[in-house]
Amino acid sequence: MSATRPLPLDLGAGQRSARARHRMLVWVFCCLAITVLLAFGSLIVGTSSIETSLGWLLKPDAESSVVLWQIRLPRTLGAWLAGALLGLGGGIAQGVFRNPLAEPYLLGTASGAALGVTITLIAADASFEGLAWAARLGVTGAACIGAAAATLLTVSLSRGVLQTRSLLLSGVVVAFLLGSITQLLVLSRPEIWRTMQSFIFGSTGFLSWSSTELLGVAFCVSVVPAVLLARGLDALTLGEDTAQSLGLSLPLLRLTLLGIVSLASATAVGQIGVVGFVGLIAPHIVRETLSVNHRQLLIGAPLCGGALLQAADLLSRWVIRPSELPVGAVTACLGGSYLIFLLWRRSRRG
Amino acid sequence: MAEARPRVDGGTPALSCRDLCVGYGAHVVIKSLSIGFLPGLWTSIVGPNGCGKSTLLRALAGLEPARSGTILLQDRALSSWPRRERARRVAWLAQTSAVTDLTATEVVALGRFAHSGWLAHRQDEDEAAMYRAMMATGSLAWAHRRLSTLSGGERQRVHLARTLAVEASVMLLDEPTTHLDPPHQEDIVRLLREQARGCSVSVVSAIHDLSLALAADRIVVLGYRGLVGHGTIAEALAGNWLSAAFETPVNVVEHGGAHLWRPSLEPPSHSIERSVP
Repeated sequence: MSATRPLPLDLGAGQRSARARHRMLVWVFCCLAITVLLAFGSLIVGTSSIETSLGWLLKPDAESSVVLWQIRLPRTLGAWLAGALLGLGGGIAQGVFRNPLAEPYLLGTASGAALGVTITLIAADASFEGLAWAARLGVTGAACIGAAAATLLTVSLSRGVLQTRSLLLSGVVVAFLLGSITQLLVLSRPEIWRTMQSFIFGSTGFLSWSSTELLGVAFCVSVVPAVLLARGLDALTLGEDTAQSLGLSLPLLRLTLLGIVSLASATAVGQIGVVGFVGLIAPHIVRETLSVNHRQLLIGAPLCGGALLQAADLLSRWVIRPSELPVGAVTACLGGSYLIFLLWRRSRRG
Repeated sequence: MAEARPRVDGGTPALSCRDLCVGYGAHVVIKSLSIGFLPGLWTSIVGPNGCGKSTLLRALAGLEPARSGTILLQDRALSSWPRRERARRVAWLAQTSAVTDLTATEVVALGRFAHSGWLAHRQDEDEAAMYRAMMATGSLAWAHRRLSTLSGGERQRVHLARTLAVEASVMLLDEPTTHLDPPHQEDIVRLLREQARGCSVSVVSAIHDLSLALAADRIVVLGYRGLVGHGTIAEALAGNWLSAAFETPVNVVEHGGAHLWRPSLEPPSHSIERSVP
């Protein structure tokens, strides 16, 4: 105000924002480097009886190259994509609900998608394994409908979108309810019980090239509009009224973004089953390591989510090798502890 | 009621309302209010707590639907303006300044949303508007700091800069001087006057501090029963509108051309019974 005050000027193109951009680049590079390392690990570690090593990876024989190309590579890529979709879904959900605990799993979105998948499979009398491209697309579509319906149910149960605790509570209630319905449906069909059980726990073992392609398409379709709409989420942090006064249409913005959350998490659930907490942790890691606006968050959260799910996948295959754990159990252990830590920290801060 | 029809002393109002009624549920806060705000004038809205100052500002910003009556922005119904067009013409500042992890520059850039849109590609004119706004509010020093690390007063100035950066023809400000220390309150008030006089903006602000409110060009006095008066400061003082609105004697003294509110420390001679709704 007083013109006499010395002013350190520079907006936009200044040194500090250049430093911020540099930081973001370094962060993205680190994330990608970790991803590549995990990918190598994921290609080497597996349940097959073949002795595997880095040398084997570089010079595979005929049998190994089938394992490598038809099983491990789609699984590695698909796990990254599914994690990226869940991370993106979590990042958007936390912004839309202005609630750091919102994520597809805790909102019931993932359970809705799982119920959609189960109903379709039972109606079509099919098994989750070895679905053809078209069938997989149909199952994913049903997952999307289930996810969107579950999200709407959670939001209407919590009466609005802003009460942190009530949103979390109704999300958990919806997840529990839909999860039980899924279990009941599965129990009525003993022949698919085994497959569906690992689907409900989440497993990367289902991933094939067709599901990986589907994940890739869904990732491109959801990440681009999400990053374009990120500015709306920034505006929303200033309060709903202010966002509206800036010229935003809140209902349209929310609907579009929740549509993207449903699409992203449903596609992930449709390929690997219910894997929770990746969507919760990934945006948090981004925020803890990088001070960000929503555009950077929605770029960072998928990168982080992808690496997280890869790490969890690797862990699930390595801990009790040569057997494997369901990856959803690993993320639930890691994510559940992280959620407890978050709640503890919040209650300490008051 | 000093006036029942929109006050128009020459020229068309940038923003006006006619027979405006606004309320929440069964409670009607604003009852058939008609006011016009001329370009180039700073109007302050005063009145006791709960008389509807914020509600009026929110309604004028299009954030609260009108029960009945019309609001005209440049002779066109406010609700018929396209959202972005309207946001370019009417800027609104909330009473509470939001805490966010965005940097001050990012927050001020959001004020240009109606101009630059989704892609956030800032043109030179956006940069210039942001620079002017941050310069004017003295918030350039924290351009790259996050709002969550700033003090209440510093945050308030960033939000004010965001409102200025819109470069709207109507500025609606709900308590723009809250959280600020006296020198900065002074700065803000000076800034509002400059915006009105220099840039022909209609500035409308709800201000609690009566001495600051009385520095405005026009005053709207609201009481619990509706509009007490809308006019110049001299008219307000001559008609004793403030005492009528607050339902208790309000002492205003003139000192060096300024009108100052003097709190009375004597116990009131009459019993304090106010018509709180």
